[in-house]
Formats: sequence, C-alpha cells, structure tokens
Amino acid sequence: MDWHRIRSDFPILDQQVNCHPLVYLDSAASSQKPRAVINALSHYYQHDNSNVHRALHELSSRATDAFEAARKKVARFIGAATDDEIIFTRGCTEGINLVANTWGVQNIRPGDVILITGMEHHSNLVPWQLLAQRTGATLKHIPVLDDGTLDTAAVELLLTEQVKLFAYVHISNSLGTINPARELCAKAKAVGAVTLLDGAQSTGHMPVNMVNIGCDFFVFSGHKMCAPTGIGVLYGRYALLESMPPWHGGGEMIASVTLEGSTFKEPPHRFEAGTPDIAGVIGLGAAIDYLEAIGLENIQSHDTNLSNYAMQCMSEVPGIRILGPQSGHRGSLVAFHLDFAHPHDLVEYANTYGIAMRGGNHCTQPLMKRFKVPGTTRASFYFYNTIEEINRLVEVLFAARKFFT
Amino acid sequence: MPLSDDLRDLYQQVILDHSRNPRNHGEIPPPCLHAHGDNPSCGDEIDVWLRLSEDGQNIDDLKFTGQGCAISQASASMMTQKIKGKSQAKAAAMREDFRRLVMGDGTPTDEDSLGELVLLEGVQKFPQRVKCAMLAWRALEQALESGKV
Repeated sequence: MDWHRIRSDFPILDQQVNCHPLVYLDSAASSQKPRAVINALSHYYQHDNSNVHRALHELSSRATDAFEAARKKVARFIGAATDDEIIFTRGCTEGINLVANTWGVQNIRPGDVILITGMEHHSNLVPWQLLAQRTGATLKHIPVLDDGTLDTAAVELLLTEQVKLFAYVHISNSLGTINPARELCAKAKAVGAVTLLDGAQSTGHMPVNMVNIGCDFFVFSGHKMCAPTGIGVLYGRYALLESMPPWHGGGEMIASVTLEGSTFKEPPHRFEAGTPDIAGVIGLGAAIDYLEAIGLENIQSHDTNLSNYAMQCMSEVPGIRILGPQSGHRGSLVAFHLDFAHPHDLVEYANTYGIAMRGGNHCTQPLMKRFKVPGTTRASFYFYNTIEEINRLVEVLFAARKFFT
Repeated sequence: MPLSDDLRDLYQQVILDHSRNPRNHGEIPPPCLHAHGDNPSCGDEIDVWLRLSEDGQNIDDLKFTGQGCAISQASASMMTQKIKGKSQAKAAAMREDFRRLVMGDGTPTDEDSLGELVLLEGVQKFPQRVKCAMLAWRALEQALESGKV
C-alpha cells in the first residue's frame, strides 16, 4: 500500500499549525475526511439536494435513491442480515439512548440487571443509569484489571440469568483494549441476555461483521471513520427492532395519522422521525466506499503497526506510564500519564509544535479513578498517520520533560 | 527545539516553581471556612481553607489543596501568598483585577498589588486556560460567601 499517497487524500493534513507541520493524533475523537467524502457532500448540495421519501420530483428521487443506497452500503459494510436493520442516528450516543428508551423501557423490570463494564464511555453508562433509575433495575459492571483487560473471572460471576442486557465497548477509547466481542456475546446469549456493542472505536478501523460477532445491537459514529459529523448508525437484529415501540414521533415514521391516533412504519423508518441528515448519510456511504477501496484488513494492520511502534518508542520516555494492554492486540491509540506534566500542560505544549492530542478524562471518569490518574494524554492514530509523525511526538515528549522539570 | 514566546510566557519559571512546590499547601483545621472548586471538563480540583479574624474583616490564614494542571496549581499557590493577611474587601478587589488580567478584559485598577500574579498574564493568549487560572479564586469567593450569614 502507498500510505503516503493515501495520506494526500486528506487535504486538511497539509497545513502548518503554529509554524509546524500539523501532526494530527486525535482521530479517536474525530477522524479527518478524505476528498472523496468532501466531494460527495458538495456534489449532493450542488446537484441533488432535496428532501427524501416524500416528493415525486426528480431531485427528491435522486436524494432518496442516494440515501437508501447508503443504507445498503452500511448493511453490507457491517454484515447485517438485511438493510432494514440499519437505523440512521446522530451517532453512538443517540443510538444507545434509542435502545434504552424503547427496548429498555419495554423490557427492563425491577430486579433485572443491566450489565456494563468499568471501561465504558459515559455514553454507554449514563443512559443505563437513567434506565435503571426509571425501571428499578440494577446496574452492575465488570471490573477492569490492572493490564486494562476485563476481569474474565468476574464475567462468569456477573453474567447471570438476571442480566437482561449486556452493553459493552468493542475497543476502549481510553485504554485501547480490544474486548473479545464474539466470545462475550456468546456468553450473554447463553444466559438469555440481549447484547449491545459500542463500536465507536472499532468501526472503520477493523472489519466488523454482525453475524460473526452475534450481537443484538451495535452502534457506531460516522465521524470517527472518515464520514461527516452528526451521522451514525444503530444496527438492531430485525426481530428485536420489529418488537420495539417508536421513540421520537413525527413525520417519516408514521403509516397513518388521525387526530385520535397513529400507526407506525416498520423498522428502520419507525425510528427515523423527521428529515434525516441526508447529506451526512450520503457522506457516510462515500466514506464506506473509500475505506473499502483501501481494505479494512489493510487499515487494521497499518493502525496496529503505528500503535506498536508508538508504544515501543514512547515507553522510553522517563516518567511515562502507558495505560491499557502493554503489548500485542490493541486499538490504535496510546493513552499515557507523565510524572512531570499534567495532561493539559502537555497537550498545550505539544500544540505549539503543531501536534494535536487530547488530554483529560476522555469521557471515562470512572476509569480515571480506577487507574488513579487525574486524566491522561491520548495520542490516537489512523491510517493517514506516519512513522515520522510518531517520531516527532516522541521528540516533543523528551523536550517537554526538559521543559517541565 | 525552539519554543514559542507565548508558551514561554505561559509557563514562566516562577509559575512552574509554584506548581512544583506549592506554597500554603494543606488544610486548616476547623473552625474555618472551606470551599471545593472543580472544572469537571478537565478534572482540575482545588479546595480552599481560610480563617477570618475575630471581627470577620481579615483573612488571617489561607491554604489550599488540589490537583490539576500547572496553571491551576500555580495560580492557587500564588493567590494564597498574596491574599493571606488582606481584608475581605481587598481580596475581592484583587480577585477582580486578576480576572481582568487573565481575561484581557480591561485594565486592573491596582496592578501593583497583584505582585508576581501578573506573571499569569500569559493566560490571555490561551482562552481555554482562563478557567484553570480562575479555579482557586472561584473557590476563595465561595468560601468567603459561605461565611456570610
């Protein structure tokens, strides 16, 4: 693969920040967009912009065709059984809240257990806290071991028949841990629990296949995989979606309406009230085309090479503590704590050299408490990053040590 | 590697020294006034403890504990040095002057009395760090408020 040529597909990367070449190491928060995606948005607005599903005119049918074609692409991309299992959302957070407020409210009873893990992003924690409060269910979590992996012994103890839902993250945004999704789904299924997998950090970084993983619900956000912000996907097994009540009411989601009452469309449209983010959906389709042309296996192996190289070089910085699995199979991010500088001071310092990283709790406050750190700095990589950029980061970490001590 | 001037201004040696070796660090045993301040978005925390004079006018003792970035900890340390022994009215005036200084919002009325706190002026160029510099001062204000009947 010619990764340098692929990098040139991203116009934003070719710029100076604070008089230094931009080194963008914050893709776990939001990825950059290739020209193909930017052009797809621009083309849509210049040629096809119109509302979907309603009008009979030419532009509306073009917009509708492009919109529904993107749904097909998503279904194929994540290995869903049918297109109707794909619901467009604003992102992971909305997808999880949708499940909590429909399937959750319908099925969770007092005394039931909702199981999560100690490494969840707040978006896969707070909706379940709210649901537990509302239904009288209990929220439990699987502890995280010192090496950043899940306590597998606790899985056996906690995954009982009381568990109605097991919601967990595929790749931790704060540790880089890759959870054994397929194995955990199989265990959950054995006790009759429904599973929700948070694919925010895995989708677009590795092949994901719903049938293979065996989860009941899956969420991901477009903007972390080269698509625009504001668009995401909730996958749900069709039999579950079909049994679920609507969440948001309004146009697009109804079959017929009288002043007295309404009937609703079948999934996925039942869950897509109002005018959707049409351009976002088309942009997501373009991002999928782009990623598939490179190949998800290729992306995963390049990502892994970058993060292994970064782990190796960064561990030589005196006073560094890298969180999460220390070797082998991990996501494309390195979160670390330095004994000589607070994450915000380091991020500020690195920024003056054009390096974009994130410092703080990464929306995982319980995990920061678990590892007894006030926060971490996170360098996250995607296939457009280079070994030279990691060398630059390490150089700046050594300079920061000199500066702050 | 050459450093930008803005960054050098933000992290002057005196500021780094205060963050590494905070002055007036610790708790004051009761009876005292206390407030906890935090910036939830970044996790910085400061607890401020103070003891007033018998007539309630003066801040006789002032200490802090906390964790966070160099700016939040240095600002707290320097604040305790400058405010300790001052009247409540003077503390309020200095707080406003300091706020103006770090936000670049008008001219402080009495810049001289801020002493080495003026070294934090560099925060002006980093608007996202204003809340770090102000954290201890907000906690101080809350602690004083808690003492009012």
